Amino acid sequence: MSKIVEGLLYSESHEWVKVESEGIVIVGITDYAQSQLGSVVFVDLPEAGTKLQREVEFGAVESVKAASDLISPVSGEIMEINEDLIGEPELVNEDAFSAWMLKVELSKPEELDKLMSAAQYAELIK
Amino acid sequence: MVKNTPLIFEISEKGRVGYSLPKPLYPEYSVDTLDFSLLREELPNLPETSELNVIRHFTNISKLNFGVENGFYPLGSCTMKYNPKINEEIASMGIFNRLHPYQSVSSVQGVLKIYDELQRMLSNLSGLDEFSLNPYAGAHGELTGLMIMKKYHEDRQDFKRTKVLVPDSAHGTNPASATVCGLESVEIKSNIHGKVDLDSLKAALNDEIAGIMLTNPNTLGIFESDIAEIAKLVHEAGGLLYYDGANMNALLGVSRPGDMGFDICHINLHKTFSTPHGGGGPGSGPVGVKKHLAHLLPNPRVKKQDEYFYIENSKEAIGQISSFFGNFKVWLRAYVYILTLGKENIVNVGPYAVLNANYVKERLKEDYLLPIKGFCMHECVFDGLVDQSTGVRTLDVAKRILDFGMHAPTIYFPLLFHQSIMIEPTETESLLALNHFVDVMKKIAVEAKENPDLVKSAPHTTPISRIDEVFAAKRMILTYKDYLDAQLDTE
Amino acid sequence: MFKYFPHTIADLDAMKKVVQIENLDEMFEDVPKDVLFNEEYEIPSQMSETEIRSYFAEIAKLNTEMTIFGGHGFYDHYDPSVINAIVSRQEFLTAYTPYQPEVAQGTLTYIFEYQSMIQTLTGMDTSNASMYDGSTATAEAMFMAESITRRNKFLLPQNVNPLIQNVVKTYAHYKGIEIVMVEMKEGLVDRDDFMKKCDESVAAIIVQKPNFFGLIESFNDLADYIHSKKGILIENADISTLGVLKTPKEDGADIAVGDCQSLGMPVAFGGPTLGYMATLKQYVRKMPGRICGMSMDTEGRRSFVLTLQAREQHIRREKANSNICSNQSLMALYATIYLSLLGPMGLREVNELSYQGAHYLYDQLISTGKFKPVFHSPFLKEFVLETLIPQEMIQEALMNAGIVGGFSLRDDYPDFENLISFTVTEKRTKKEIDKLIKVLEGLSW
Repeated sequence: MSKIVEGLLYSESHEWVKVESEGIVIVGITDYAQSQLGSVVFVDLPEAGTKLQREVEFGAVESVKAASDLISPVSGEIMEINEDLIGEPELVNEDAFSAWMLKVELSKPEELDKLMSAAQYAELIK
Repeated sequence: MVKNTPLIFEISEKGRVGYSLPKPLYPEYSVDTLDFSLLREELPNLPETSELNVIRHFTNISKLNFGVENGFYPLGSCTMKYNPKINEEIASMGIFNRLHPYQSVSSVQGVLKIYDELQRMLSNLSGLDEFSLNPYAGAHGELTGLMIMKKYHEDRQDFKRTKVLVPDSAHGTNPASATVCGLESVEIKSNIHGKVDLDSLKAALNDEIAGIMLTNPNTLGIFESDIAEIAKLVHEAGGLLYYDGANMNALLGVSRPGDMGFDICHINLHKTFSTPHGGGGPGSGPVGVKKHLAHLLPNPRVKKQDEYFYIENSKEAIGQISSFFGNFKVWLRAYVYILTLGKENIVNVGPYAVLNANYVKERLKEDYLLPIKGFCMHECVFDGLVDQSTGVRTLDVAKRILDFGMHAPTIYFPLLFHQSIMIEPTETESLLALNHFVDVMKKIAVEAKENPDLVKSAPHTTPISRIDEVFAAKRMILTYKDYLDAQLDTE
Repeated sequence: MFKYFPHTIADLDAMKKVVQIENLDEMFEDVPKDVLFNEEYEIPSQMSETEIRSYFAEIAKLNTEMTIFGGHGFYDHYDPSVINAIVSRQEFLTAYTPYQPEVAQGTLTYIFEYQSMIQTLTGMDTSNASMYDGSTATAEAMFMAESITRRNKFLLPQNVNPLIQNVVKTYAHYKGIEIVMVEMKEGLVDRDDFMKKCDESVAAIIVQKPNFFGLIESFNDLADYIHSKKGILIENADISTLGVLKTPKEDGADIAVGDCQSLGMPVAFGGPTLGYMATLKQYVRKMPGRICGMSMDTEGRRSFVLTLQAREQHIRREKANSNICSNQSLMALYATIYLSLLGPMGLREVNELSYQGAHYLYDQLISTGKFKPVFHSPFLKEFVLETLIPQEMIQEALMNAGIVGGFSLRDDYPDFENLISFTVTEKRTKKEIDKLIKVLEGLSW
């Protein structure tokens, strides 16, 4: 059974979003996503400053058996990326909810309403 | 990391040589007189070895390999049949090695004759009208075939046909070929029998469809019995039918793609026509078409007037996709194979291959889950062990097979099932060999219940055990230089 | 009965019983009647092995073996006897792609060695496990550059081998890539034209060394300029010449490709040969084809496995930048053995001897008074001269003398009506070279 964290928002493409403060979120992939991928060997993230568009791919995660696009759940600009993942991609497997990928300044905060709650996401991956 | 077999670089000693070259004749000239800005700074780090060093090294590592002559090789979708020795003997004839592709046409009439005759034979065997032997491999043939499909529509000024239908059971190469050809692939569903779902097909057809790519028998080893209806629907919608010849072996002596309504097809000579796989290549993927598309075949082409062969480059063609006539020495072997079999024996290839597959299927269906009932074609697909409670997965079964001096079947393909085991015995295997394989598979099914750990930790008797794939992907040690830099030795 | 089918009547009966059929046709119940093939194939009757041998002995006579002074991408270098002895071992010859690494360490070990040799020859960081040939490898490099730069315009100088140009243009056309030709000047890339055409919309320039005329030039200035526009440089280099010439890495290339035929592979009417591709570490995930990597088994033993496969086979299909799903493994083995035997000194010597022979022939032809120099840049083993002797006359004379070479350039370059090219490898003896000179010297028109 995959772990789901209450209080986070979720996308259909298996990213989680945590609201840090007004208009600022952090983004990662869910435990379910990492379990489907298997051992992650590479995380490809864009540079800070890159503009993101909701439902458009922004990077990729790669395991020994699959490569999967990362789809942005929100629109905005990347403030920071998690550099640790470049050297230690296995962090995604160890705890997907600590292994954040992006810190984003939202350009359309209202888009958060389109994301799922933990309960809705639990239903999706059931 | 323990070094069990040295690399060629590790048996190198400075100053050793493994070659003999003629003496320099014109010492007044030297490459050293070139401006230093044009020369490399240091000599390459290539090994320095004697002739015997080299022979021993490669002979030793060859023993770590498993070939068709070692034992049963039931790799599904790959048609690992026997690669006859006479093919090799003819392909190694000196004259065939020493012809330069730019020699005058009059001095290569023999090889042009082979090209012409083989393309006619392939046309007849597949029910199409003309072949190009230029594509280097199956995937290269697919790309060439799709270029033909695209150009056919472009020439008719029909530029909106940019989509290609591909069944969900297709080889993964099909959609990739479409993308590389600037086409978009649209997936169509299989029905519960593993065949193309006609309703999905009808729903997908419109005036943006360039055509459909199908393999028949499909990747489940099932014949698409609705093929005539599929062809009719696609043609009525203005599309073309592409036949992926990966599974052509089942059809020799049985049926022809051209008669089923296909317009374009490629054939993997390294599968159906017995040319060796070479550990991944060189292969050969000739492309055939119906008459109305023949003008689009790639350049250069071999043409015949009276009994004289010549080379033609046509402006109507899709263009050039290979530097010359493709992998000549590969298609030469296929030609020898067809001549050796002749019309009397080639008709038995399909039926015997299909009989072997059905025999294995019947013998194993009590121990391995058979998701699709009825006769299979040249290969049969199981969905793992019947008893799934042991925790032994398909991967474990495949690895355990290696312990019995056999190669594993194809696993986890087709993707329609989670635990696919795809077995293609080919017509060159005897009843004795099939029975031995069946015994091994049944034994593994018993082991899975009685001693699952033995199966899960297999293989045990191979030169190495299971490999850490995560280490390989993460560390990315891809060259000897990377290896030296990483300092992994534990001396 | 037939020698490739082991089925006896008794076997067939036993198997039919298990499959529960009376005759084999019953297995094909899914095949509609009107697509069943019931005729006789229009192919000859079976031949015995003896008949096959005599048949091919006859076909062999319809070809003429010649002394090769031609190049244009296919070079007649020495092929050590050891190679055939090893590549014909069934363990290498008949194996499939190494999907089960436990029983394919032989293939994987030599692929790793091959990648290492391509790495050191090109100076790049990483090589893939090989490609079909040099022309398709160049086209694949174009797709790779498209994916790296997300641009789809490419510069292609006129002095790149027309065969490669043709293949690149075909691939480009169907993928929707724009090719812009760059003029040449004295046989080299015209820098002014390049600068004019190279802007921020250009993905890459594809250059060749030695180029179609055999000329050698450095590309650092081109690399620096295109890098300043965030584009990349693809260099197609004859792998054999990299034993002495500046490497693509030293030239500033981002992707190196080419054909390995020059590593002693027989000209064999054009195939099979082998393409190579090498790149910088940061682009390794964009590289098409298979890659072998080092790892360990459960006992900690050094072993090899196909790696980074996810980027290739399982990536979202509509984003594929290549459909390659094999390599030219056996030919990679060929190259690996060749380079193991020759080593750095042998490869150097091959180039030295070819250089010597080619320059001797070049000077001697000029001294006949019937040939004039055209280009003035350095060359290695292949060169171009100008002559007023009619091309047909040259071809006929050479043909009668059993020589292939002296290729006319006019089909590919209408402006070069009077230019012909020659190649000399280390295999050409003084006797053969002098014969060629004598034949051409004796022509009058």
